[in-house]
Parts: sequence; structure tokens; C-alpha cells
Amino acid sequence: MKDLIKDIESRFKTSDYIQKLDHLAFITVEKEQAISLVTYLRDYRKYAGLTLLTAVDWLEDGVFQLTYLLNNPTDYTEIGVRVMIDRDNATMESSHHLWENMMTYQRELREMFGIDFPGSPRIEEDFILEGWDNMPPYRRDFDTKKYAEETYFPRPGRESNDPATYMKSKMYPND
Amino acid sequence: MDLKKLFQMNPDRSLYPEMGEDGKPIIDLSSHKFLKIWQGPQHPGITGNMSLELTVSGDEIVESKTHVGYLHRGFEKLMERRKFIQCFPTCIRMCVAEPDPNEYILAAAIEDLAGIEVPETAQWLRTLALEMARLQILLRSVPGQGGTFALGLGYQWGNYIRDLILDRFEELTGGRVYHMYIIPGGVRGLLPDGFKKRMEENLKLVDEFVINIDNLMYNNSVFKQRAKGLAVIPKDWIDTYGVYGPTARAAGVMRDVRKTHPYLKYAELDFEPFTTTESDVYARSRVRWHDLQTTVDLIRQIMAKMPDGGEIRAETPNVLHWRIPKGETYQKCESSRGEYGMYMVTDGSDKPRRVNLKGPSYTHANALLDKLLINANIADTAAIMVSLATCPPEIER
Repeated sequence: MKDLIKDIESRFKTSDYIQKLDHLAFITVEKEQAISLVTYLRDYRKYAGLTLLTAVDWLEDGVFQLTYLLNNPTDYTEIGVRVMIDRDNATMESSHHLWENMMTYQRELREMFGIDFPGSPRIEEDFILEGWDNMPPYRRDFDTKKYAEETYFPRPGRESNDPATYMKSKMYPND
Repeated sequence: MDLKKLFQMNPDRSLYPEMGEDGKPIIDLSSHKFLKIWQGPQHPGITGNMSLELTVSGDEIVESKTHVGYLHRGFEKLMERRKFIQCFPTCIRMCVAEPDPNEYILAAAIEDLAGIEVPETAQWLRTLALEMARLQILLRSVPGQGGTFALGLGYQWGNYIRDLILDRFEELTGGRVYHMYIIPGGVRGLLPDGFKKRMEENLKLVDEFVINIDNLMYNNSVFKQRAKGLAVIPKDWIDTYGVYGPTARAAGVMRDVRKTHPYLKYAELDFEPFTTTESDVYARSRVRWHDLQTTVDLIRQIMAKMPDGGEIRAETPNVLHWRIPKGETYQKCESSRGEYGMYMVTDGSDKPRRVNLKGPSYTHANALLDKLLINANIADTAAIMVSLATCPPEIER
């Protein structure tokens, strides 16, 4: 894969290359060149398959990391293309024209992380959450515990106890 | 009035529905030519907790949209708030029917990022557990295809033998459905005494089952007439739609992680995944029937080759205080449905930064199923869906 990486580095603004396994490498590319690189890999370097597209929330750095993981069905290698996008302006160019299954990933990312892909088919439609009106739940600053406490009101049978205090009260009730 | 002519469908179905310039069907519900119906989430003809929003013209589907979310528990998000070892009980629930690949890819991702070598005996035992998992699900999914055409008998035969395989899981792991046998560094135990003998007795029943299913399903004229030529997936869709495993192999494209990226002990086992080219529902079912025989053969090979004792777990730090260095990886294995992978990102803390599961259902049950159902008869919906082996929790995880 080293020849491939050299080729990519000569054509695109890339950084942080890691050869994770013999068949698996990761590389970061500038946002403006991301779809060009993915298209280049698909059309000229035989990375015809999309394994996945997902996001990582680096809240402390104010960025989302998008990872496009592509696979080469001829030599069975895989390359992960990382793209850092601004968390406050979470928009990315759509690549639904490259793979038929891409729009599903983009719909999910819009719903779960609030990352928009303008022009992607059915991007406005709910994917998993129907009628969700809160912060996108897979963002790091979405507090699942707080949400559950506020949404699912306490009722008999739902109490929880601090284990140490509970055990003490059961075993040594007179102390 | 010639009633025969009135009710005769236009044989050239490519004219229906009328397609717009964007390649999508033109559907005007107010024209009264179309009807919108939902198959699922509570429906015998649906796999798990999902539903299909179907627009039909007569009994012909003109548009399908997959809806998931009925099971959503935010598994991936929950794992970001748990220590690595605590992720296992959550992770295995991302595919109830075949949970062991979840255990393996999570353990493999942790081991890769933490730099842990798994002992030889543990690798054999992991290979055995994964093949046993494949066997128990194929005992349901192979006859399950017949069930979609109202051929329910084979499903009952399969479930009986599956229960015996779950007995073997119970004595090996302590659990029947969820096992948590594969843990970071190795596995939780060696084979119990007499396990191989009891497993061999079960495998002999599977051998008989394979022959009986061949007679019951694949030589059944109704099954053949309904399944042959149904929902053909062209070879050039494999990459554009993301088609994996037996579904891709039915289209003549070799997709099996056990061969393309041999993991654990698969490189030391002698097997050749079955491929064919017809790529219809019948071919996909037939590939799984061959997979069932391959799995039986692999279990016999594993039991013959594996050592009787030895180390089953590498030394790991205290799992409650285990911090894994910053990094990212993608680990995968071959589930009964196809490539099953996990992308994990760590940040040096005691919890994963991000976990993303990639199961074949994510593409099979969305883009591919939506496409395949266009022009299909409504009575074939369940058969087409089951032929893609969709598992909704993989989508909404």
C-alpha cells in the first residue's frame, strides 16, 4: 500500500498516514479535497467498495472526524480516509452519487451527529428516531443519563440505589 | 366482457411504474392507482423489528422504504460510556440471532489497539465458537427461506437441531443465546469432557437434516417456481450497493472474509466457500445450504486439529482500570450474513472514544432491498427480504 500512499500524497493535501495492518491504512485529507480523493480511489485505484462512513466527535478540539473506509475487491486492501470538519458548521459535501448505499450513511450521520450533507436524497427524512427534537444524540455533549432521567419519569420499580448504602442498610439496619 | 383480458397483467412489467427523470417512480396517491401499506413492525413476514413502507399498484410493489428504529437502544453511544470489558454485554445484543461475531470483533479490536497476542488454543476455541454460531443460525435461516413460501416444516426440524447446538453452547460457555465466551486476550474456558463426542452426535443429525432439506425445499416444485428468477442481483451491483457474504457469492463474486483475510485459524483449515451465478432467491438459499455443510465440515476439522489443552487467555491489565493507547482500527470476520466489522477509535482513556458496527444488513436492508422490491409481487416481499438475511439491530445499533 506504500505506493498508493505516495501517489495520494503527491496529488492531495494529506497528513497523519498510519499503516495500521498490512491491508489497512488510514490517512487524513483536507475537507475541500475529500470527495475528490474518494472518487480518485474508486475510479483509478480500484477501491470500488464502500465499507462504511462514520463520524467521531472530538468535542474538545471542536471538530468532527468523518471516516470513509473503502475496500479494494481485487487485492482486498482497505483505506480509511479521515476528514476533519468544523463542529459548529457541520456540513460536508454529499457523495451519494458514488455509491448507492452512501445516502443511508449520510442520513444516519445527519440524524445522530447533526452533520448535514446538502443534496443527499431523503436526507431530511427520519432514519431511526421519529419526532426527535433534542440535540443529535451521538454528539459527545448529549447526556444520555440526564435525558433518561428527564424523559422517563420515576415510577415504582424504577428506583435505583447506591450499592454500598443499600447493602449496608440491608445487612446492618441498626447501624 | 372478456374478464381474462381485463385482469391480465401487461406482460412487459418494465413499463411499470412510470419512471421520472430522476430514476424514481412517479407516484400520485390521489390518482387512486396506488395504495400505501406497511409490512411490519408486527408482521410474520418481517425479520425482526423493522417495517417496510410499501406503495403498491394492484399486487405489484412500485416503491419500498425501509424503516428501522423499533429496537434502538443506542448501543454505540452506550459503549462510549463504558469501560472496555463492560462493552461486551451491550455489544453482543447488536445481533441477537448470531451474537458471537460481535464478541469476536470487539475483542479483536481491543487486542489490536492494546497489542495483545491471543494464545494458540484460544484461537482454535474462538474459531470453533464462531463456526458453532454459524451452524445454529444456518439451521434456522436455511429452512426459514422455505417458511417465506409457507413451507414451515423444515423450520421446525432446524429449530430442533439448533436447540441441541445451544446445549453444546451451554456446556461450553454457560449461556444458550448470549455467550460472552470470547473476551479480550482469549476465551473463558476449555472444552468440557466429552464435548467432542456429543458434538459429533449432533453433527450427524445435521448431515441428515441437509439431505432432508434438499428433498423438502430444493426439489419442491412450488419452492422452485417461486424462488427461481426472483429478485436477481446483477454482478455490477455488488460494490455499488455494498453486497456481502452468501448474497454476493450467489452472484458469482467471492466475498468471504475467512478466505480473503484469514483470521484466527481459518488459514489452516481446508474449505472452499460455494459460489454460483444465478443470483436469485433460490441461488442465495442454495449457497446457504452449501454453507451449512461447509460449517459442519469445519467444526469436524477444528475438533480434530485443536490442542486438548494449553493457555486460553493472554495476560491483560486489570480490566476495570485498563487504558488503551490512542488509535483506530477496523476488525472484521465473516458472519453467516457476510462481512461483519467494527471500527473502533480510542483516545487513551479507559473507554472507547467511538465504536461503529458495520453489518451486512445495513446495506442489504436499505438501499438494496428498496431497489429489489420495485416491480416485485407483494407476496414475495418476505422471501426477498429473508434471502438477504437482514438483521435490523445491525442497522439501528
